[in-house]
Amino acid sequence: MNNNQRTPLFHISKRSALPWYSAWAIRGSAILLALLLCGIITSLVTGENPFQIYVAIFNGSFGTIRKFWVLLQNIAMLLCVSLAVTPAFRMRCWNLGAEGQSLIGGLAAAACMILLANKLPNWAVIVCMIVFSILAGAAWAAIPAIFKARWNTNETLFTLMMNYVATQLVAYYCVVWESPKGSGNIGIINPNTQIGWFPTIGNQKYLLNILIVAVLCVVMYIYLNYSKHGYEISVVGESERTARYVGIKVDRVIVRTMLLSGAVCGLAGLLLVGSTNHTLTPTIVDGRGFTAVMVSWLAKFNPIWMILTSFLLVFLGRGASEIATNFGLNRSFGDILTGVILFCIIGSEFFLNYKINFRKSAEKED
Amino acid sequence: MNNKVAAVTMRNISKSFGSVLANDKVWLDIYRGEILALLGENGSGKTTLMNMLSGIYFPDEGEITIDGKPVVIRSPKDAFDLGIGMIHQHFKLVDVLTATENVVLGLPGKLDLKAAARKIREICEAYGFDVDPDQKVYDMSVSQKQTVEIVKVLYRGADILILDEPTAVLTPQETDKLFAVLRNMRNDGKAIVIITHKMHEVEVLSDRVAILHHGRFIGDMLTAETTAQEMTNMMVGHAVTLNIDRPDPVDPKPRIQVEGLTVRNIDGILKLDDVSFTAYSGEILGIAGISGSGQKELLESIAGLQPVERGSVCYINDDGSREELLGKDPLRIQEMGVSLSFVPEDRLGMGLVGNMDLSDNMMLRSFRRGHSLFTDRRSPRDLAETVVRNLEVSTPSVQTPVRQLSGGNVQKVLVGREISSAPTVLLTAYAVRGLDINSSYTIYDLLNQQKTKGVAVIYVGEDLDVLLELADRILVLCGGRVSGVIPGKGATKREVGMMMTRLGGNSHE
Repeated sequence: MNNNQRTPLFHISKRSALPWYSAWAIRGSAILLALLLCGIITSLVTGENPFQIYVAIFNGSFGTIRKFWVLLQNIAMLLCVSLAVTPAFRMRCWNLGAEGQSLIGGLAAAACMILLANKLPNWAVIVCMIVFSILAGAAWAAIPAIFKARWNTNETLFTLMMNYVATQLVAYYCVVWESPKGSGNIGIINPNTQIGWFPTIGNQKYLLNILIVAVLCVVMYIYLNYSKHGYEISVVGESERTARYVGIKVDRVIVRTMLLSGAVCGLAGLLLVGSTNHTLTPTIVDGRGFTAVMVSWLAKFNPIWMILTSFLLVFLGRGASEIATNFGLNRSFGDILTGVILFCIIGSEFFLNYKINFRKSAEKED
Repeated sequence: MNNKVAAVTMRNISKSFGSVLANDKVWLDIYRGEILALLGENGSGKTTLMNMLSGIYFPDEGEITIDGKPVVIRSPKDAFDLGIGMIHQHFKLVDVLTATENVVLGLPGKLDLKAAARKIREICEAYGFDVDPDQKVYDMSVSQKQTVEIVKVLYRGADILILDEPTAVLTPQETDKLFAVLRNMRNDGKAIVIITHKMHEVEVLSDRVAILHHGRFIGDMLTAETTAQEMTNMMVGHAVTLNIDRPDPVDPKPRIQVEGLTVRNIDGILKLDDVSFTAYSGEILGIAGISGSGQKELLESIAGLQPVERGSVCYINDDGSREELLGKDPLRIQEMGVSLSFVPEDRLGMGLVGNMDLSDNMMLRSFRRGHSLFTDRRSPRDLAETVVRNLEVSTPSVQTPVRQLSGGNVQKVLVGREISSAPTVLLTAYAVRGLDINSSYTIYDLLNQQKTKGVAVIYVGEDLDVLLELADRILVLCGGRVSGVIPGKGATKREVGMMMTRLGGNSHE
């Protein structure tokens, strides 16, 4: 134990900027490592052949044409909610209420479909649905926003609470509008007249949603990166004091951005009710309001990268349920694999920012 | 010249952060019974070198020996075991605990606060510290907190002490007290290193100086055998003049008139009390005062960032027409056509956005221009390039986030942006705080240029030597009130110092 041998085995130091190919090599090896780990866990725990599991995961998304469309639809909806939370996140305002804001949007859309069905022509119903669901989502976000701007309340808790209110509200209306009586469900709305159903493009039920979200994604990217509003959002997010110093009205930016966030959530609810499901349930948003947080963070709040991250999360989710059905495994096993993969991908960020210096081998010899 | 064994020798120490080589094969000897001043410009690697000695960083290469034995310092704990203690610029104390509790925090063994308090008192007596072991940290002044940090290190048996810019936060009186304590410790045989770039402190305190430049060791010498000029030249790498210009004001006209300005902070404490003065075009009005005497509130009131209880701030146009600035936010002031620039004290927290690049930071003032929904990216980038060229900002590119720049370069970016809008009033708060000599002189030159262009410059400073040389008139604040306004020419440090502590500066009560 003399002093010479006490040099630490490794120490950590910060990296300078990495060239893009090394960054991608690190990310790529993280995914490879994840797959390897998943394989080991699978064979150890279930005794199944890991390669069959991988094939099953892949088939969950690409197995049939129909599955592929479902994949695209799910990506679109997740991306839509993620795009909604991103402006708020860029402002360091943690809107965790996307679930509730989307639900309220969906509720407004369903209300229009049910209440206006026989009073207005179909196109007018659709216009009403669009207007009211977007307004409803925005209003649901405006409440915590105004409180934050006025009294500096904590938006994270506030938006989170608003989710429960929204869920209970929807549950209530599901009973009010139940059909058939006693079922406690709304069922398909206007199944015969199809009033308030969004048109389908070609024969693809999901194509409209996908196109709308694709356009939204590009618009959001431009808004955040090139508009004056987007610039204000970034400045407020980085430092409120700097924003005040240059005369940005911080309160106004907070409320405006949260309104936008809520409005896009409302749109997501509208698409779910009017275009995809034609019904309303308290679980229609399916946790996307929370998954969106991860999508947005993983993509570092960049709308274009979010296409990739939402694909990743949807792909893994679909794969998990495919494993569950094919192998008779518990669905939770799929979730374990998803967890392992996400752990590796998020963990690789560390190696993008830091490098580990090992003790020189020469020193080991003596 | 020295037959003592070095307490610490550092040989060929190198350390890099990413592509930046912070230390390049540095040699350094530290002796017991001696105060060593480690000198260097910002970013010359002083703090990095000392952080490696205290176990915060691990060197990429090089050897360290303590009392002739080679050692490896892997963690702050290793450093402590070797008797090395570092007092950082930012204190690491728990506010709700007492001095004693902070000192014993994390030490192994049985917790005996009484015994610890006794030992702390002994240490205090031995060296002349002024600390109450039972006082809570949140009740302490900055200098008391610093004392606790020093006691903490001594309590753990350190006999090699490193102080990183200890005087940056102290008043002149507190500095004198600290120096007395440090001399006591030196006489007790401890090795002391102080990192600083204030030349007069080096001269009065240290026995030996070691100078770093761009991460390399330039040399060391006995303080008694050198001069400020020589040390500065070695630090900067070329000869510099240490005089500040003071061109006479040309055609001064009243520009900003402050009347009866009274400000309370959020807790209702009076920060400015009935402050009145006039700032003229083409002159530099220096504002002196102990820190926290209302300087920040004064500037922020003029800039439209501070709610004011009463009073008025008038902007006087060239034609004599007046406009009230109070009650208007920075945007309104700008829209009124008043070109007012403000270099705030908190550069990265207020003046700039640390995570944005240079050109996006240039945009902060101008992004609203034009009716387009989109921002104009071209002209901020051009401006950034102009500023980088004219003010010699050292940066890899204008796409570099400003937080990656060194303090002096950050300040150049901020000042560069603020003067680019051709202001008629320029407010600066501690414009050279933390800057090395070279950058400081660049800033003084820029302020003088603005002055000769007819700008009314208000310069809040802490270094009296500079204020006396730079300012045409000096307004002294004392506890939020105007203690007096005196001409800069002919004023003495003693006179201003008196006015800072007593209204009017009268020495007899």
